[in-house]
Amino acid sequence: MSARDAEDSRDEVSREANSLSDLARRARRRLLRMHYESRIGHLGGNLSAIDAMITLHHRVLDPEDRFILSKGHAAGALYITLWSLGVLSDADLATFHADGTLLAGHPVPGWSGHIPVATGSLGHGFPVALGMALARQIQNEPGRIYCLTSDGEWQEGSMWEGLIFWAHRQLRNITVLIDLNGLQGFGSTRDVASMHDLESRIESFGVQTVRVDGHDHEAVASAASTHPGAVILLDTVKGKGVSFMENRMEWHYLPLSAEQYAAALAELASP
Amino acid sequence: MRDAFCNAMVELAAHQRYFFLTGDLGFMALEPLQKALGPRFINAGVAEQNMVSVAAGMAAVGGKSWVYSIAPFCYARPFEQIRNDVCLNRLPVRLVGNGGGYAYGSMGATHHALEDYGVLLTLPALRAYVPAFDADVAPMVRAIAERDAPAYLRLGRSDAGDESAVPPYAAWRRLQQGRTGVLVAVGPIAGGLWSATRERPLAERPAIWVVSELEGDWRAVAPPPALLDELAAGPVLGIVEEHVAHGGFGQQFLHFLALSGRAVGRVVHAHAHAQGYPSGRYGSQRWHRQECGLDVPAILGLLAARAAA
Repeated sequence: MSARDAEDSRDEVSREANSLSDLARRARRRLLRMHYESRIGHLGGNLSAIDAMITLHHRVLDPEDRFILSKGHAAGALYITLWSLGVLSDADLATFHADGTLLAGHPVPGWSGHIPVATGSLGHGFPVALGMALARQIQNEPGRIYCLTSDGEWQEGSMWEGLIFWAHRQLRNITVLIDLNGLQGFGSTRDVASMHDLESRIESFGVQTVRVDGHDHEAVASAASTHPGAVILLDTVKGKGVSFMENRMEWHYLPLSAEQYAAALAELASP
Repeated sequence: MRDAFCNAMVELAAHQRYFFLTGDLGFMALEPLQKALGPRFINAGVAEQNMVSVAAGMAAVGGKSWVYSIAPFCYARPFEQIRNDVCLNRLPVRLVGNGGGYAYGSMGATHHALEDYGVLLTLPALRAYVPAFDADVAPMVRAIAERDAPAYLRLGRSDAGDESAVPPYAAWRRLQQGRTGVLVAVGPIAGGLWSATRERPLAERPAIWVVSELEGDWRAVAPPPALLDELAAGPVLGIVEEHVAHGGFGQQFLHFLALSGRAVGRVVHAHAHAQGYPSGRYGSQRWHRQECGLDVPAILGLLAARAAA
């Protein structure tokens, strides 16, 4: 194992990471490595969402809680989060996108309790999460449901169907986080479908919102822990942590070259 | 069949894991079930995509969820939710579509379900259930409840009249023997054919089989040997379904026969029209059936003409 590999290994993360920010830095390095080695892009939306996923899984979720990744194109960040928990190994990550893998570009079902349902087509995970929450509420069962959506995903009609349902049912055992990175597949959310006032639109449906810096781990943990039944809007940066990726739409898709990979790792070296 | 369905569901209400979601339909019909289930009866509003996803989420945490709407709203609007959230995850969500085929008649084309099970049977593990008689509904509901997998129940309206002689429910049933050909029918039309011919002498009526369970994987609901033996003798085979031909039972059945190496004799297929409505006009279920040649005289005439050809 190379020095770089050693730093990125899960054991190293467990032993040395003494803060969520350090853990997230190492997770970013491992995310880049996984994508680089598999020659896969989709990094921008993973880097905007990974802080929230790391925070939820290491600081917020209880064993009976469930997490649904409605923005399934951030599957890489979810796999790295599961790796940071010891659920996935380096050998598992090496299969990312490979033939015969369970780690597809969008989460596939049936192999891990950490991935309750397949996601990828936008506008599905949120209403599924509502169903999980409603069943538990009716049955008086413990555990909260956490769901992470993208911002462009709110252009799907099913999201608003779900929001009406949620507000009407007054479900308090679900928390939805929105990765407000402002960029979607072929433009900014502002240019494509005016999502800049998402907060007020959601509140107008009767669901409370909270807005925090989506890269501030303590703020995310605090909001997620103390606002049941609310939407947490995460102000994030697409490509966060790698300067040449930040707020650039092409990193929604592009894979890394060797030079870019080296430069990105250098930016994410230990302080 | 809707009342029979409601009564059968009330019988299941004691099971605390059952949830019933309706897309704002069932007024003057499902109130007994609403009363029996209490908070587990959920009017999800006019939002079928959300309703199916919510049902999948409930199933993902151990619930046994049933989803109810008019048939086209149950499978066409939320198809991606059925495909992704229910079937890809192999979640036991039971979809119930009221008014299969032309059952909603003069309500218009948007309310007809002419390609429902053909579309749904492309999905993994989903089984479609099509009752032919009112008496089928209760055992069918129990069978759906016991099978821990996605299901689609297509409710219609029984055509049989007196159901006292209806054979006990089974996925495949022979309603009568006959000598003028073999009819294999899906759904209530089988009962109409049976009622119209059952008093005729054996030599002057067709054998009638009714199939009530369909699945993309034919091994799961394969035709019984007795039917295959009958077909081996080379009679005219008539297939009848209130569904478009493409992707319907007829194509699946003939595909099964071909793959299993069985010779098929003369075949006729009475089905709903695939391309809109022949005259561009609308009417009752009976009227649409007649326009498509799905009424009893037309089906028997088709069989006789093919036998004589």
